[in-house]
Order: sequence, then C-alpha cells, then structure tokens
Amino acid sequence: MAEGHSPLEQFLVKRIAEICIGGDDPNPGDGVFQCVGGLDASFTNASLFMLIAVALITIFLVFSMQGRSLIPTRWQSMAELSYEFIANMIRDNVGTEGKKYFPFIFSLFMFILFCNLIGMIPYTFTVTSHIIVTFALAFVVFIGVTIIGFVRHGTHYLRLFVPSGVPLPLLFLLVPIEVLSYLIRPVSLSVRLFANMTAGHTMLKVFGGFVVTLLGLLGGTAGLVGIGVVGSIAALAFTIALTGLEVGIALLQAYVFTILTCIYLNDAVHMHH
Amino acid sequence: MEADAAKLIGAGLATIALAGVGVGIGNIFGSFVSGALRNPAAAPKVFGNVLLGFALTEAIALFALLIALLLLFVF
Repeated sequence: MAEGHSPLEQFLVKRIAEICIGGDDPNPGDGVFQCVGGLDASFTNASLFMLIAVALITIFLVFSMQGRSLIPTRWQSMAELSYEFIANMIRDNVGTEGKKYFPFIFSLFMFILFCNLIGMIPYTFTVTSHIIVTFALAFVVFIGVTIIGFVRHGTHYLRLFVPSGVPLPLLFLLVPIEVLSYLIRPVSLSVRLFANMTAGHTMLKVFGGFVVTLLGLLGGTAGLVGIGVVGSIAALAFTIALTGLEVGIALLQAYVFTILTCIYLNDAVHMHH
Repeated sequence: MEADAAKLIGAGLATIALAGVGVGIGNIFGSFVSGALRNPAAAPKVFGNVLLGFALTEAIALFALLIALLLLFVF
C-alpha cells in the first residue's frame, strides 16, 4: 500500500489551532509545534467534530421542538421519538428512581449517536474511534455509578461483591472475581465502542482500497481487464453494503453503551439481583 | 527479522478468537429464530435483547482485533 494511504490514516488527530498552556516552544519559528513543560491544549479536529456534534444535537432538539404542536410535525416527532426511546429504556431498566438521571443518559446517548453518525460522512473524523474519548465517557459513568451506589447504600454497597447463598470457602474465590469484573467495566464499555468504530472504518477503507487497486489492472492485458472490471464492481458493491452495516453498527453501539449504563445504574440503585 | 515474523504470526493467531465468536453469534440468532418460530408473538419483545447479545459477542471479536492491531502497530 502506498505511503500516505494507510487505512489507519483517517484516525490521525491534527492540530487546527495551536494552544500551549504553561509551557513554551524551545525553537519557535521552525514550523514544528512543541509544548515543553506545559499542557498541549491545542484545538484539534477531534475537538472540532465534538463541537459539531454538540451543535447539531442542540440545533436538532431546539428547532424541532419550536412548534410544540399537539400533532407533531416530522421533525418534532423525531425529537419526541428519541426522548421516548431513552425514557422507556430508563423506565424498563432502572425503574422510576432512574428518572432523575434521564438528562445525563439522554445527553450520553445523543452525543455518542451523533459522533458515530457524523463519522460515517466521508472525509470527517470519528471522535468515538479514539479510546481516550470513549474511556473518558465510560469512566464518568463508572465513577458516577459508584458514587450513587455508596451514597444510597453506604458501606452496604460492598455487598454487591458478595453473592448471596454461596458457601464461605467459595467466597474467597468469588469475591475477587466480582471485584475484578466490577473494575473492568469502564474498560470493556469503552473498548467495545472504540473497537467497533475503529474496526468498521478501517474495514471500509480497506475495501475502498481494493476498488482502487483493482481499477489499476485496467491498463493490463485482456484477462486482467476482465478481473479488474468484475473485481472493482464487486468490491464497490461490498463497500456500499458495508456502509449500510456501519450505519447500523453506529446506531447499535450508541444503544448498547446507553443500555449498559442503565444496567450499571440499576445495580447501584437497587443492588439486589 | 525474526521479531517481525513473530509479530505477524502472533497477529494471525489472535484471529483464532473468531471461532468462538462465530459460535456465539450463530447461537444467539439460531436460538432467536427457533424461539421466534415457536412463539412468534413474543419475538418482537426479545429482539432488543438479541441485538444486545449480538453487540456484546461482537465486541469479543473486536477485542481480538485490538490485540492483532496492537501486535502489528505498537510493538
């Protein structure tokens, strides 16, 4: 594969505006940004697409709800649909106590959904394909759920790690496993979203690369031209089908992230399971 | 260049995990179809759980992919 056309090139974070807090550039004017001893808080394409996602969500929700008619317009029913989807999810999984966490979970869902979907547009940047972004989201959920659990149940929350009705010798084995599976939650939650996005976009790029490679055969002999024509059309059809699959994955992963957040929240709010 | 060869072999070996994931995803949808044929009325209710199970199983495959990518590009 030619230089500069790696399937992973699309995930490169580039600085748009260079901001350095507290540090300095040892050799300014050489065109290379350095931030020694300070915090590199540059405005990157990742920050740009996060802002675009937030702006789009705000525009979508504010403008679609402006009419507030009893019989919703198409846009209004889309906004109501997304609201009801999350409200039902919280009611089914957490119950009525979960209602006060609705704003957080709804924001989480919309942010992940819009970041995933914006990433499907060619030449854009997928924010959720970076582990640090998804890990930050998952870690906020993890810390929040743990605090809610301890605030609601005090030290009784530790009983979450002790399965009931298990003989004492087995507890020595089971409690560490339960603690480990609790601590691994933010990792699995973030890696699931990140790996799905990265794998999907890499796969699209690889199959797109097949089209270009096979078109390169068209300059060859008659047999090679036949392979090139058939192969590139097949690869293009496959890329289109994969794009459809990826849009589905984008929706599904936003759903999975949110429903797992609800399940973790239910553990913290109700405990008995 | 033994280290490079070992990297490639390791990345290839990481894809063995797909065998388990294939069994898992097949099991999920196979069970769903056989359950849905027995009781079609209940099928829409469990479809959300089917998708959740599918996504959780698929994530295991992606953990393996992650290991392969780490082997290829990080070490």
